[in-house]
Amino acid sequence: MLAASDLRKGLKIQIDGQPYIITHFEFSKPGKGQSLYRCKMRNMITGNQFTQTYRSNEKFEKPALEERKMQYLYNQGDEFHFMDTENYEQTFITREQLGDNVRFLQDNMELDVLFFDDKPIDVTLPIFVNLLVTVAEPWVKGDTSGNDTKPVTVETGYELQVPPFVVEGEKIQIDTRTGAYVTRVKE
Amino acid sequence: MLDPKRLQQRAAFFRAIRSFFHGQGFLEVDTPIRQPLLIPEHNILPVPSGTHSLQTSPELYMKRLLGGGCERIFQICPCFRKEERGRLHLEEFMMLEWYRRDADYLQLMQDCEELVRAVCSDLGSAGFPVSPAGEWERLTVREAFRRYASLSVEEALRTEMFDLQLVEEVEPHLGQKKPTFLYEYPIQLASLARPKKEDPQLAERFELYVAGIEIANGFSELTDPVAQRARFEEEYALMDEERAGNRKMPEQFLAALERIDSAAGIALGLDRLFMLIAGETDVNRVVTFPAAGLDR
Repeated sequence: MLAASDLRKGLKIQIDGQPYIITHFEFSKPGKGQSLYRCKMRNMITGNQFTQTYRSNEKFEKPALEERKMQYLYNQGDEFHFMDTENYEQTFITREQLGDNVRFLQDNMELDVLFFDDKPIDVTLPIFVNLLVTVAEPWVKGDTSGNDTKPVTVETGYELQVPPFVVEGEKIQIDTRTGAYVTRVKE
Repeated sequence: MLDPKRLQQRAAFFRAIRSFFHGQGFLEVDTPIRQPLLIPEHNILPVPSGTHSLQTSPELYMKRLLGGGCERIFQICPCFRKEERGRLHLEEFMMLEWYRRDADYLQLMQDCEELVRAVCSDLGSAGFPVSPAGEWERLTVREAFRRYASLSVEEALRTEMFDLQLVEEVEPHLGQKKPTFLYEYPIQLASLARPKKEDPQLAERFELYVAGIEIANGFSELTDPVAQRARFEEEYALMDEERAGNRKMPEQFLAALERIDSAAGIALGLDRLFMLIAGETDVNRVVTFPAAGLDR
């Protein structure tokens, strides 16, 4: 069990059987009064948010969350299949649950999958991924159009802006937190 | 740590406070920080220190000095309150307390106005969120709840919603145009304050607010040792057995009250006041070293 005094930004608690993460936290205490803990929380499955102020005598359950190292195998329509790298058990996560993370999934990529009650609910990607540029306008040396960037498409189908010197067939590094180009990768 | 420019500003701030009180004929005092017995206050958790506790406030010793014949005293000292951490809370913070014999809470309100004006004039008030000039607002707790809260004071007390309503619905409105004194607290929320003569259900207690932030808590002191003992017993009754222990009474403090006719005293959070003057919104950004875990 967790006490109200354990509450802080980033803590995960269970409310009505659902896992929540505290996204904003503020401690307050009127002079000579009781401690109050104002929490803005996001449901880790549905994404719904709400705000609640708790008092010092309240108790909270820890949600049954577990992170497992998994390998991405393949997708079948909207189902993305992963394999546990320790016990080789397989499971799938839907496109909807993956959200924007789909843009960076490469076959055989290893990542952390978050489970709640033995059901996968989220993935944590590596911060940087290296992806192959599959579509790019050729770079014309001495280009004077003045454009700082141009659009390219990478192997996962994700489209982004890169410097004009990036060419088809090259690998580039992308920051998965922002989706932005970082650098070219020499192999 | 604080950058050297801010450190200089912090030093100038302390200098301005001291200079104000010295100019008013106050005696600067220091009292034990490790105390064998604290004021019984069920909402404040002390930090233990061996057989003693670190002070949550120098209040008991300050009033013993009044009983010992001091007329006007002030102290700047660290205080410790366990599990109080946040944008406006530090477990170790810097307190200013001052006490006057033969004075009441109205005199303290006047002191507050003069002190803040003096400090702002020494340091500049550019960062201070409201103008400290002119007469400050005075608002009773009853009127503040009538204006801003969804419950009346009586309903809020009966349903144990007073603190929640105060923090969420009332405080954000206080001190927004000029500093505000919220005053006349229900008597059960002021265990060391004197009841109002005209209405003993109200205590002569006030809190000072600037931009929705509480800065100070002052009151006309309860100087009747019998009534004070009864109030301490009520506080012990609100604690669980482990904390209440053997319900020891601060006897020397109660004895000192016998020697005081009337007095008034106030505690002001210096880190918060400095935060406002520095134009900051988090006390961790104005102390020499921020609380552990926040030192980036």
